[in-house]
Amino acid sequence: MSLYYVQKLLYQLNRDPEFRGRFQADTAAALNAFELTDDERAAILEADIGLLYVLGVNGQLLMHFAAFHGYEWGAYLDAMREGVRRHGPVRAGIYKMVAE
Amino acid sequence: MPICLVGVCSHAPGITGRAERADPRPRETFYAALQRLRAAIEASRAQALIVIAAEHFANFFMNNMPAFAIGMADHYEGPIEDPGWLKIERRRIPGNAALSRRLIEGVLPEVDVAYAEEWKFDHGISVPLHFLTPRYDLPIIPANVNCQGPPLTPLKRAYVFGRALRRAADALPERIALIGTGGISHWPATPNSGKINEAWDREFLARWCENRPERLCAYTDADTYRDGGQGGFEIRTFIAAAGAAEGATGEVWCYEPIPIFAVGCTVGVMRI
Repeated sequence: MSLYYVQKLLYQLNRDPEFRGRFQADTAAALNAFELTDDERAAILEADIGLLYVLGVNGQLLMHFAAFHGYEWGAYLDAMREGVRRHGPVRAGIYKMVAE
Repeated sequence: MPICLVGVCSHAPGITGRAERADPRPRETFYAALQRLRAAIEASRAQALIVIAAEHFANFFMNNMPAFAIGMADHYEGPIEDPGWLKIERRRIPGNAALSRRLIEGVLPEVDVAYAEEWKFDHGISVPLHFLTPRYDLPIIPANVNCQGPPLTPLKRAYVFGRALRRAADALPERIALIGTGGISHWPATPNSGKINEAWDREFLARWCENRPERLCAYTDADTYRDGGQGGFEIRTFIAAAGAAEGATGEVWCYEPIPIFAVGCTVGVMRI
């Protein structure tokens, strides 16, 4: 579990147009600079918003990764809920889902 | 010159990005309060505006996270967010490196603040500026308090940071205004986005207006997380603004819970 590097990758993707260009041109190659587990790598490659949310990615990073992949606002919130339904509660961080 | 204005406002990205989805009545009330704050900043004849923000990983990350930072550049860029998503165009925003440097030199005897000669604004600064300095003709001095990556900056230190900024600003010849910008209770970027604890917000705002540091800084992070969500950690920006107005009391110009904006939309000023 290398949540720190998952988040660092998304941080750079959100703020650095040069890295964003490399990520769009060859996503798999852009990931090589980060220490990721196979599951984390797959979740990023597949833009699995629900799993990334459950892994504990900070919402302020994940929100923009979802927008980057074209998630409309409601679809993005639904993807996080679906992630919790499929994978269980959020495992780390401060962006946990709470009871209404 | 004595600092010429101290205020606070919300900064949530939905305020611009999802504007058309909000109930028009509270939205227009909030926008009108932001216009009132813009007019107050202009009437103050401020020559620079300090924005105490709670950034969301635009510049600072867990590889080197400062408890406090101040920008020291002649210009900044922002927003980092997709302009179609935030509905604010990317642009260059004026700064004042020399003025920042003198401010930082004035703060450092009190608070170990980091400085940054590069700074990309995210919605946390870009949304307020969209309303408060829409012509982008007022130099901005960005400041940050770590509200995102635990361990977070203690509330009492946020108050001291605001006080130190005030002392530093008062000692300079320029007229300087200051705003803090953050949310009170909110659960942004979670499935609970739109949840707002109005009673908790109103209690916090009452304490903010009262501006007694012991009561304002009495919240534990566990209390805040339970009652105000992780977004509630951004009360540090309001507390820093209160520190910049120590001895004064405040007034709330607007508090409107707007769920699609994911926050109780707030505008307030200190009677300095």
